[in-house]
Amino acid sequence: MAVLDAPRIVTSRLAFEDSHTLARYLATGGYQALRKALSMHPEQVAAEVDQASLLGRGGAGFPAGRKWSMLRPSEVAYLVVNGDESEPATFKDHLLVEHDPHQLVEGVIIAAYALQVNRAFIYLRGEFALGLERVQTALNEAYDHGALGRDVFGSGFSLDVVVHPGAGAYICGEETALLEGLEGKRGFPRIKPPFFPAAQGLYGEPTVVNNVETMSNLPWIVLNGGAAFAALGAGRSTGTRLFALAGRVNRPGVYEVEMVKNTFRDLIYDPALGGGVPGDRPVKAFIPGGVSAPWFGPDQLDLPLGQDEVGAQGSMLGSGSVVVLDDTSCAVRAAWRITKFFSRESCGQCTPCREGSGWIERAMYRLEHGGGRVEDLDLLLDLCDNIAPGLTWPPQQTTICVLGSSIPSSVHAAIEMFKDEFLAHVESQGCPFD
Amino acid sequence: MSHLRVDLRQRAEELVALYPRPRSAMLPLLHLVQEQDGYVSPEGIDEVAELTGTTPADVRGTASFYDMFHLEPVGRYLVGVCTNIACLLAGGEELLAHAAGRLDCAVGSTTDDGLFTLEETECLADCGHAPCVTVNHRYVRTTTPEAFDAMIDEVRQGRRDREIPDHGTLVRVRRNGGLRVPDEVVVAERAAAKAARARRLEEAG
Repeated sequence: MAVLDAPRIVTSRLAFEDSHTLARYLATGGYQALRKALSMHPEQVAAEVDQASLLGRGGAGFPAGRKWSMLRPSEVAYLVVNGDESEPATFKDHLLVEHDPHQLVEGVIIAAYALQVNRAFIYLRGEFALGLERVQTALNEAYDHGALGRDVFGSGFSLDVVVHPGAGAYICGEETALLEGLEGKRGFPRIKPPFFPAAQGLYGEPTVVNNVETMSNLPWIVLNGGAAFAALGAGRSTGTRLFALAGRVNRPGVYEVEMVKNTFRDLIYDPALGGGVPGDRPVKAFIPGGVSAPWFGPDQLDLPLGQDEVGAQGSMLGSGSVVVLDDTSCAVRAAWRITKFFSRESCGQCTPCREGSGWIERAMYRLEHGGGRVEDLDLLLDLCDNIAPGLTWPPQQTTICVLGSSIPSSVHAAIEMFKDEFLAHVESQGCPFD
Repeated sequence: MSHLRVDLRQRAEELVALYPRPRSAMLPLLHLVQEQDGYVSPEGIDEVAELTGTTPADVRGTASFYDMFHLEPVGRYLVGVCTNIACLLAGGEELLAHAAGRLDCAVGSTTDDGLFTLEETECLADCGHAPCVTVNHRYVRTTTPEAFDAMIDEVRQGRRDREIPDHGTLVRVRRNGGLRVPDEVVVAERAAAKAARARRLEEAG
């Protein structure tokens, strides 16, 4: 049975119909954390976040406190919130942006104060039309409420926050591509080094880029203390986390659960969470952390939902998306569709990614739709190896950003786990599931 | 002579002023052009170039990178059906095929009456309601063919226009505030606040 007694840190208001309004936010303790933070030294606020050991919730899982500590001292620095949520089957930030925008805004103000930056940008993917309106409304209300603008709550601290709409590009979730988008350019990831925008970010100035969910945790951490947050979960994976559960489950949705205390089986089967697989069919495979992550089989269902626990098994918790395939799902079709996505979204800067994704997609397409050959399996593995040499985990990188090294994950896993299914596709010259 | 309407031109200039550098307003400005023209028109591109201090070629090159910008006219309603992994497992391909039949237009094209354009989309982050369907980037959450048909009928009759504005209109909420203080002032304020904190720390021992 799932352990569900942890406090709801970021989803506490979602049961309210008007969870997005300032009135509801204030009635449920909203902006108290900001007042408390403003009574502390910025360094103390940062220390609480560091103590919380809050791992970034965007995908890479880098500790937020450490990211902050790397901010190069400078006259001008920026805070940028990554709300470009585009990793397939990840839909947790969408929920936070639409249904608790003030919590996000308060988190942004707290972070800006801790970092002592006076300009922040919230980059939201353009497809979040309602989310853009909700966040803009929340910002307007926050300005009127005195929580934003000149002299926040009489503290002498000033902050301006701008919502920036993206325009449809997965790659802009990569933080340096996002900064390019924010500078009004094509979303081309920047060449590393410098590895971190904290050294050289927006307009070349030091910039902290944090995810929406990461920001949304801050009000609770400030109110309850970093130690209380760190007491939840285990090991490096502290606090709670949002898991976006999709695919072949009875109750797809976003669930906030304590880190590590629950397993993938709990998430998928608990009646209060995923509620099992339709028709009680067996789980064939699941993707533990977004389509960039290698797949797991049913024997890994009892793995705890923790960053290091999943990492040690050769995959990642990534963006917090879990996709379930049952025995009616075609592994070849699933892997083909994921590769098609990468092929469409590759920015085209690097040859292994640009050419490799298209090549793999075409080979996968003919396997799925008729025309596949036995030697395609070797071809596919060879192509994967060219993009991420050795097919190790974490992958070797041959490209400017990790989109490239994410391409082999699905195809490699599918061939390893379901080789017979690939051969059946060749045999029947099409999809046996059709 | 501005191609943008007077009110949109004013909003455009406000957008440019929001950012430390004018070029940063590129994507919001292109959305604004799309709001007026329904697509990113050549005249709009010229105006965005002027507003951002770039060239039309640069603007076109940037716009063409992003899926939401249409460089050719599209229908009044842009219907998107997702077929990415979560939607694939929930029948997204079948729903897309149904949509093409119902609208009587191929995926990626516009109906003869210019009302609908049908697109196959990548993940739109609403996988709890798969397969995901959007109209002008508003989530309509019609996961069955029957619900899809009923929604299309309502849109055709204009009964959803309050919730679903014409294609291109993205954000209907205007910004009400902003610091709009020169960077030098902000920097001076920060220095003063830092000195005050140091003094307080010193006094506290």
